[in-house]
Amino acid sequence: MKYILVTASLFVSSLIIPFSSIAQDDLLKMLENEQTNSINYTYATFKTTRIINGQSVENIAGGNLNFVIGHRFGKINDGAYQLFGLDQSTIRLGFEYGISDRLNIGIGRSSYLKTGDGSLKFKLLRQSNKIPVTTTLFASMAVNGMKWSEPERTNYFSSRLSFAYQVLIAHKFTNAFSLQLSPSLVHRNLVGTTEDQNDIYAIGIGGRIKLSNRVSLNAEYYYQLPGINADKTYNSVALGFDIETGGHIFQLQVTNSKGMIGEYFIPTTSGNILDGDIYFGFNINRVFTIKK
Amino acid sequence: MKTNRAILFISLLATTTLQAQNRLFTRTGTLQFYSETPVENIEAVNHQASSVFDIETGEIAVSAQMKGFEFEKALMQEHFNENYVESEKFPATTFKGKLKNYDKSSFKTNQEYKIEIEGDLTLHGETKKINSIATIFWGEKNIKANSSFNVSPNDFNIKIPKAVINNIAESILVNVDLNLEPYQK
Repeated sequence: MKYILVTASLFVSSLIIPFSSIAQDDLLKMLENEQTNSINYTYATFKTTRIINGQSVENIAGGNLNFVIGHRFGKINDGAYQLFGLDQSTIRLGFEYGISDRLNIGIGRSSYLKTGDGSLKFKLLRQSNKIPVTTTLFASMAVNGMKWSEPERTNYFSSRLSFAYQVLIAHKFTNAFSLQLSPSLVHRNLVGTTEDQNDIYAIGIGGRIKLSNRVSLNAEYYYQLPGINADKTYNSVALGFDIETGGHIFQLQVTNSKGMIGEYFIPTTSGNILDGDIYFGFNINRVFTIKK
Repeated sequence: MKTNRAILFISLLATTTLQAQNRLFTRTGTLQFYSETPVENIEAVNHQASSVFDIETGEIAVSAQMKGFEFEKALMQEHFNENYVESEKFPATTFKGKLKNYDKSSFKTNQEYKIEIEGDLTLHGETKKINSIATIFWGEKNIKANSSFNVSPNDFNIKIPKAVINNIAESILVNVDLNLEPYQK
């Protein structure tokens, strides 16, 4: 009988003590257990819609308008006569609008080849504690506005068109480090010779390392799959900084590409970095809230 | 003897379930904050704060994910998480406190009371003591609690760059609104 009482009281105390300590101690612990199964989306894989030349997985939020001013100066190896390229510049003005948080439309105009472009961008997947990658689809069309080089022959409007299609897949590894793969296809309706490729496949890889909350170091490389075009041109390389100041994001970069849209910088990059064919440039991104 | 043990066990069970009943919960509490300056007003709201209140002791805990704060402008929200409160490093804000001179028996059903509340607010990895007045509505099954207080970003080591120092108030008003109900899974 006594033995039973002792074991019983031990049993009781062993149960009550932890219970009472939970009761006293941590209401907060209970709340933590409550919150574990909610979906936690990753945000800000990159600071803006471009890594450098190429698109990032980021979209402009619904109802917001991003005004992008892109500049590429001349080649650094043009020397002091051209003030290392600063005397020349090409510009692209672009608008990107968020129809929704997932769907963006964009238009732009490049002085390089007097080209207008239009684009659609759709965020398919968002990285979260359940899905490992953010995936965005990007499609654009460019219209070359240069005068026909041979006006006497029959020229078709469709010959001015080229297209870029990209699947952008990114993973934010840590707050400071994000990496993106960008399988891409560029199609050009008209090419110079019968040997030239109309379709160019490339794989882009880009990433960023945050140096502080407001500054990141970005790098980007587009590898063209082997072919005649890959032999005649160079792969696009770029290195730059994103600097964020409240409403603006400044992107400063050096690159061997002159074009600022996928249709141009992926298949037609002519700069050889080893020879110093490097363009200094910048993008300025300014976001306006149009619809709340 | 077996019956004795059974009684013991049942009484134990009874006490633990009773403890659960002594708690009121919510997962949909509201946290709001306002920053007012001549340059711009910023406000954000979080409707997913969870909270638990112990009726016996008057202790209360509140927890909310920083990413759950919604702003009028998407860019503000991103900057808030990315640059100011650093949500990836410090995902949640918590409050753990107690109603002062709490005595359960002094409350009458369907009456409102103003009571002093005191506790620790943790935000951006820093913990500070907060004192405020809470308005408590003592319902039949639920309790509604509301309180406001001011916090300073500086106290929580939230750095504000000089360029936007005029856009963000030195003292930010926080409003908490909870409807605490018996726990349901």
